[in-house]
Amino acid sequence: MPHPRPLVSTLAAALLATFAATAAQADEVQVAVAANFTAPMQKIAAQFEKDTGHKAVLSFGATGKFYAQIKNGAPFEVFLAADDETPARLEKENGTLPGSRFTYAIGKLVLWSAKPAIVDNQGEVLKQGGFDHLSLANPKLAPYGLAAVETLKALGAYEALAPKFVQAENIAQAYNFVATGNALLGFVAYSQVLDEHGQLKGGSVWLVPSKYYSPIRQDAVILEKGTTSGKAKPAAEALVKYLQGDKARAVIKGYGYAL
Amino acid sequence: MPFGPDDWSAIRLTLKLAATATCLLLLLGTPLAWWLARTRSWLKGPVGAVVALPLVLPPTVLGFYLLVTLGPNGPVGQLTQSLGLGLLPFTFPGLVLASVLYSMPFVVQPLQQAFDTLGERPLEVAATLRASPWDTFFSVVLPLARPGFITATILGFAHTVGEFGVVLMIGGNIPDKTRVVSVQIYDHVEALEYTQAHWLAGGMLLFSFLVLLALYGSKARSRHGF
Repeated sequence: MPHPRPLVSTLAAALLATFAATAAQADEVQVAVAANFTAPMQKIAAQFEKDTGHKAVLSFGATGKFYAQIKNGAPFEVFLAADDETPARLEKENGTLPGSRFTYAIGKLVLWSAKPAIVDNQGEVLKQGGFDHLSLANPKLAPYGLAAVETLKALGAYEALAPKFVQAENIAQAYNFVATGNALLGFVAYSQVLDEHGQLKGGSVWLVPSKYYSPIRQDAVILEKGTTSGKAKPAAEALVKYLQGDKARAVIKGYGYAL
Repeated sequence: MPFGPDDWSAIRLTLKLAATATCLLLLLGTPLAWWLARTRSWLKGPVGAVVALPLVLPPTVLGFYLLVTLGPNGPVGQLTQSLGLGLLPFTFPGLVLASVLYSMPFVVQPLQQAFDTLGERPLEVAATLRASPWDTFFSVVLPLARPGFITATILGFAHTVGEFGVVLMIGGNIPDKTRVVSVQIYDHVEALEYTQAHWLAGGMLLFSFLVLLALYGSKARSRHGF
């Protein structure tokens, strides 16, 4: 059977080429990104790839969920959390590169409705009622969910509104419940309701005063999987550096984060 | 106590959901399966395919479409609102509707199979004895198709208990309303509450095994029995 041979060798050559290509551009970095930081991080990752040649592979989700996954051997090399406690906890448990933790953004909580003129700029709508569902991220898993609960407690509206909670698995789903109109309003991250020029995408919004909730310091850290023999892998190190550079900071500020 | 009050609430809710959905499925599924088994219409193929869709579709597809169509801007959402029923997502009736769609093939297919194997003969005999169609159905078809009904009931119930993705997408995780066992397990796992997760997950495993054992055990018995 002379015919299959060329085919097999072509396939083998193609496979080899694929492996070689992967090996050549092996500088990929696996990043776990808090869901509220999805849009800015996609933009930053694209610029990062263009500027450095490294590729950031992004996964988005709730911070608490990522913690559980990292503790169970998830392959993430860099973690952009939605709080400072989770990275600090990982640091204490020797799951990170010591000294690599830093605050990349300070998040802001908003009360948002996809409809105009629902949310006033004092958050009075929370006391007036007139809605069936209030969407928020699960406070056990997502720092923005916890900030929402703190805000409601500070306003003295928690008890009255708790029966109206719809709890999303992460802040992206909390946004989604409001965006589809299934919940009239909900607590989401400021970054989610802004477009890339920092303009409100639509609907009505109340920027919750920061006195109502503990600051959402979002820390990043290089994880154990992002190190080789006690040092950061090149792509992981490059990404962390890039996040602290002017270009990335401009994007982060553009999405309404403080720095 | 291995189960907290939240866990018990989730267990109660799950059983209620599965029981409600199974009853509705038997009510809706029986005529549908009967029609599918008897009809010569060209619609048989398309309808059968639609019923079987949840077998192959990922729950995210169903969850996404439900969220959009049942929402205030969707056609079903506008209908339910104009009827004064409000919106279905994040409610128990919403989960019942989702479960009925999602578990449909598990009820309709065993019934259809049972009606198929019945053949024309018993119906013809009943007709010559001047039994009315309803009489025929209740005194001939039902008893003969009993194994099919048992399979359909067990599978419909068990599959609804095992539902997760759709509930996660349209449920909103509300205690006593939409937080079923599978979602509660997910929450425990994500929050690293592995002890509680183990109790619920182990309970689910045992329950599912016993249900399937009852199903396959009774099938094996009935085959040897005759």
